[in-house]
Amino acid sequence: MSTLPALLDAVLVVSLVLLGLSALLVVVRLLRGPTGLDRLIALDVLVAEFLCGLVAYAALTGDSSFVPVVVAISLVGFLGSTTVARFVRRGTGR
Amino acid sequence: MSTPTQSTVELVLDTIGTVAIVLGVLLALVASVGLLSLPDVLSRMHAATKPQVVGLLLIVIGGALHLRTSPDVWMLVLVGAFQLVTAPVTAHVVGRLAHRGEGGVRRDLLYVDELTDRPDEADPGPDDQEDDDEARDEDGSPHRNGAAVGRSRRRRGDGSDGASLDSGE
Repeated sequence: MSTLPALLDAVLVVSLVLLGLSALLVVVRLLRGPTGLDRLIALDVLVAEFLCGLVAYAALTGDSSFVPVVVAISLVGFLGSTTVARFVRRGTGR
Repeated sequence: MSTPTQSTVELVLDTIGTVAIVLGVLLALVASVGLLSLPDVLSRMHAATKPQVVGLLLIVIGGALHLRTSPDVWMLVLVGAFQLVTAPVTAHVVGRLAHRGEGGVRRDLLYVDELTDRPDEADPGPDDQEDDDEARDEDGSPHRNGAAVGRSRRRRGDGSDGASLDSGE
């Protein structure tokens, strides 16, 4: 019965590694995106995956001091992406 | 007697939370692959909603099941609610800009384009249908082309919205 928490911790570590891998794929799209809107979407997804990583890290360590950071980043990410979307130039999409 | 049942409950909650986190991480991974391989902005937006909404909600539920103290759970509920409110706003703005811009949307992949700027002459749309009520009563049948319904419905409101939305020229 004592091996199950260790197994759960190992699964959480593996899922954090997978989150880092998917964040790398998103960074590839962020650098390669042909239009500015592609980069904007990639940046949104990157912020969302960062939030996911913070929550998963808090679940792994049981340390709840990152939870207010998660609230703040979710609001700031929304403001940033909406503001950038307003400045995308009309007609070119860049 | 009460201690082992409590630890069993905690173990079950930890297990359910870990399963939710793993599901959310798998959704994030699938969405990243889709973000790399899908062809244009609108389909990449379709891929991007997975970690933004579903994946983040699953991971937040998993984290709340792991942490299990009242302020943390309420803050994670707040994160989920914020994400549910703000993700459609960003998606709306980005989709509208992508439709209006040149390189954002591949028109050959669209089945229906409800926001097209070219008015369809076969169907005047609901705004103009009050004008030709007499013509429709004379021949007795509504002359409506079924395939083109809804194609150019919102053409008239498009200019005013666009003027307020695109201030960054």
